[in-house]
Amino acid sequence: MSSRRTPLYGAHSNLGATFTDFGGWEMPVEFDSIREEHTAVRTEVGVFDVSHMGQIEMSGPDARELNEILTTGRVSRLSPGTSQYTTIPREDGTIIDDAILYQLDAQEYLLVPNAGMDEAVAERWERMGADRSLDVEVRNRTEAWGMLAVQGPNAFEQLPASARELSRGAIGPLSIAGVDCLCAGTGYTGESGVELLVPWDETPLVYDAIDATPSGLGARDTLRLEMGYVLAGNEFDDSDNRRTPFEAGLGFTVDLETDPSCIAEDALRSASEDEDADRLVGFVLQERGIPRHGYPITDGNGAAIGTVTSGTMSPTRGEPVGLGYVPASEASPGTSIGIEIRGTEKMASIETPPFIGGG
Amino acid sequence: MSHHVPSDLVYLESHEWARSENGSVRIGITDFAQDELGDVVFVELPEPGDEITAGDEFGVIESIKAVSDLYAPVSGTVTDANEDLLDRPELVNDDPFGDGWMLVVEPEDDGPLDDLLDADAYEDQIS
Repeated sequence: MSSRRTPLYGAHSNLGATFTDFGGWEMPVEFDSIREEHTAVRTEVGVFDVSHMGQIEMSGPDARELNEILTTGRVSRLSPGTSQYTTIPREDGTIIDDAILYQLDAQEYLLVPNAGMDEAVAERWERMGADRSLDVEVRNRTEAWGMLAVQGPNAFEQLPASARELSRGAIGPLSIAGVDCLCAGTGYTGESGVELLVPWDETPLVYDAIDATPSGLGARDTLRLEMGYVLAGNEFDDSDNRRTPFEAGLGFTVDLETDPSCIAEDALRSASEDEDADRLVGFVLQERGIPRHGYPITDGNGAAIGTVTSGTMSPTRGEPVGLGYVPASEASPGTSIGIEIRGTEKMASIETPPFIGGG
Repeated sequence: MSHHVPSDLVYLESHEWARSENGSVRIGITDFAQDELGDVVFVELPEPGDEITAGDEFGVIESIKAVSDLYAPVSGTVTDANEDLLDRPELVNDDPFGDGWMLVVEPEDDGPLDDLLDADAYEDQIS
């Protein structure tokens, strides 16, 4: 199966980007260097091509109901022009994907799941809609929408003035370079900024109109990790690292009293009461070394207690940081743990993210 | 993209370089290698007194993206390891043939660099 490409593939090539496969899409890892792009986002403004993310639209009288059943949040809390970060659960309560759900109009919603998930998500929504005889149309519009993330303290200087009126998490129309876009006050970096939904073919035009440092998936990962945000595939997956929202630190996305109830409500209720489950924690290394996905976490005395799910050298903090699962009893901030790196136990300390101040 | 390949050095296919210095051999990685790796964040090296064996892994270099083994161009005893790389691993990116050097080794063989690639052969390999 050949890789999918975004409308900006040519632009990225011309800039000399290094590419990788991500979720079945050929995406830029870095242009200049990960560290420089990361720093540009923290101090000025960077622009990410996130056109590989999914866009599933639901419309009709029962659109809210369908979203209520298949996501963990309280969809009735939304109103047109607002959004919520949510998780898509299996019936057993484990996470299929994390996503942002936007309400665009009274009976119109837009779900943005991760790259490579769009077909499975659309199918899940269609099947449930049919099973419950709901009056709702589900459309996979992943290749109708390009998407750009403009992130950094100077982000709003690169956008039309009306973008500033958008509050954090809100979504509304915005015209850029004569193109009608949707502008959302969301992001994955911890910095000020927006995510723009652009009609697919117009993405290069809008991209050229924004003066920001082209930034790739490498910097996107170091930025989100400094904030402690999860990455689907790392902090949870669909094989031997299945996790409930409560294990993954995403309990805040769960509302157990929705109407109609979530497909996973019973399992989620049990999971919420399970005090012995693992917990995702952040940690900072106190010795030299880089924690990476899959490395064992120890109790500091050689006994394995958990596993690292993500790790890197934090460019902003200058120390190695990471995320990983430990039993709830070992999860308190300040707890000393060990990270086993190539057979050597390096000492670390549990710390609640974000790992950087004032993000 | 063209990379710097000094003509006075010899090379391994795995992108290490070696320079003869009054009988000792200084070792590092090439401009091509540092570019491929990206921002270096950690280098694990042997200590003075340790033995290394030609063709075997002598250490590890980590960038934000990846972990890579380092391979010995020669066999011998380590006489010096670049401690600057502990606090400033980015020296490998900034000056791979100079301040980013990794080891100085007392070789156990005569003519230890004879079997390595010269600059032209290495340049052919990377282009």
